[in-house]
Amino acid sequence: MKRERVRRVRVLTVSAVALFLAAGIAAAAPQKEEPAGRKSGATPHGPQFAVPKPPFTPGIFPCSDCHKDMKPNPNRRELKDEHTGVVLNHAQGQRWCLDCHDIANRDKLRLVNGQRIGFDESYQLCGQCHGDKYRDWRAGVHGKRTGDWNGQKQYLLCVHCHDPHDPSFKPLQPMPPPVRPENIKK
Amino acid sequence: MPNEGARDSQAFRMSRRKMMKGVAAALGALALPEKDAPAVVWEAFFQKHFRELSAEEKAKVLARLEKEYSETYKKAVKVRATQPIEGVLYGYGLDLSRCIGCRRCVYGCVAENNQSREPQIHWIRVLQLNKERGVDLEDAEEYYNPSKVPEKGHFYMPVQCQQCESPPCVKVCPVQATWKERDGITVVDYNWCIGCRYCMAACPYGARHFNWKKAGLPPAEMNPETHYLGNRPRPVGVVEKCTFCIQRVRNTPGRYTACVEVCPVGARKFGNLLDPESEIRYVIENKRVFILKEDLNTRPKFYYFYAT
Repeated sequence: MKRERVRRVRVLTVSAVALFLAAGIAAAAPQKEEPAGRKSGATPHGPQFAVPKPPFTPGIFPCSDCHKDMKPNPNRRELKDEHTGVVLNHAQGQRWCLDCHDIANRDKLRLVNGQRIGFDESYQLCGQCHGDKYRDWRAGVHGKRTGDWNGQKQYLLCVHCHDPHDPSFKPLQPMPPPVRPENIKK
Repeated sequence: MPNEGARDSQAFRMSRRKMMKGVAAALGALALPEKDAPAVVWEAFFQKHFRELSAEEKAKVLARLEKEYSETYKKAVKVRATQPIEGVLYGYGLDLSRCIGCRRCVYGCVAENNQSREPQIHWIRVLQLNKERGVDLEDAEEYYNPSKVPEKGHFYMPVQCQQCESPPCVKVCPVQATWKERDGITVVDYNWCIGCRYCMAACPYGARHFNWKKAGLPPAEMNPETHYLGNRPRPVGVVEKCTFCIQRVRNTPGRYTACVEVCPVGARKFGNLLDPESEIRYVIENKRVFILKEDLNTRPKFYYFYAT
């Protein structure tokens, strides 16, 4: 009987100590500084980054301007009347418009868990499949960074460099090659 | 920056030989040690006559240069001598799996660092390499010029100063006109360089360039934000090189280098090697990284990596 009680007390003490320790560690853990470029605060679905405005086709946003009076058609189909310029070259067999664009709120994007996000957080959408790139991007290693190396860093959205409907980076014209030694003017 | 020679001055038109004669005469007047005097006497003599500039003297030199450049380029030119930031060692990352060889960095660097346009000086050289042969410098092509890059079967490797931890160029300089700063940047004092080009021969990366002629730098294109050890206009007959944009990066907050900011594919990474949270540390800790000509033991702080 006595032993039983001792054991119970011991268990209680142990859990109390554990609790105390956990609380202490939590309190003592240094508040990790937010990386520059990251907005203070995070959304329920991930960290937020300060980015420039998404590169919309002029006049296309907000989408609800046109879509507000249209009844959404959830059937997978080829668009014949509008958005004909959008040719999906991005896992086209596996998805279509409404896998990423929200059906109810046309000005939002949609994550696979049904959560709606703004176009300025589209990195979360891309990050669902491209987790390794998303990880590198957050660290400032995938994609272009400008600004201050030891201060405010300017992040870009994935879509500033990659067309979300056709994401491979397009070839560029190179700048002129250097002058060959034999062509240097004397 | 010892002995501010009058080389920059437009009025100075003497030949080197004449100048040396003049210097000898002047020294003679200053009670020179005897011709056969032992080395220690000479040493004592030079110790007395070659000393570090005081802060006021340095400020005077900078003011003189600013005045001279402002007159030449018809704009308010700043010449700063910003010192290294404590606890900073600069490192650079270049993602070979991203670079497409577009040469935006080459010309971004020229614009930022006041290189001569004609005759042409480029601090960055972009090499086109064969994917099947890998990093084989014997097989590198510098003058590629297709209508679009990247070309099939090729990858691209920009080469610039690797900011070595043991820089062979510094070792060979007979007058110590080039040295490694505390923050790891190897710099040249253009007013002290005698133009012997030993450093160019010693550099295994071809990263140093010589001013054979007066720099062709149109005043309208001249970048007036300069550093004494960096992008200020260079006189004829001196060597120049990449300084990690010393005029930008030594500030707090300090901007990224021009090549980092201009790269359209984000292949260029820059940061403090001593800061565990920096991009360059992330690269070194998480990616496949190599340094160029590792076998030479120059220990570059320029890391080529593959992000994929």
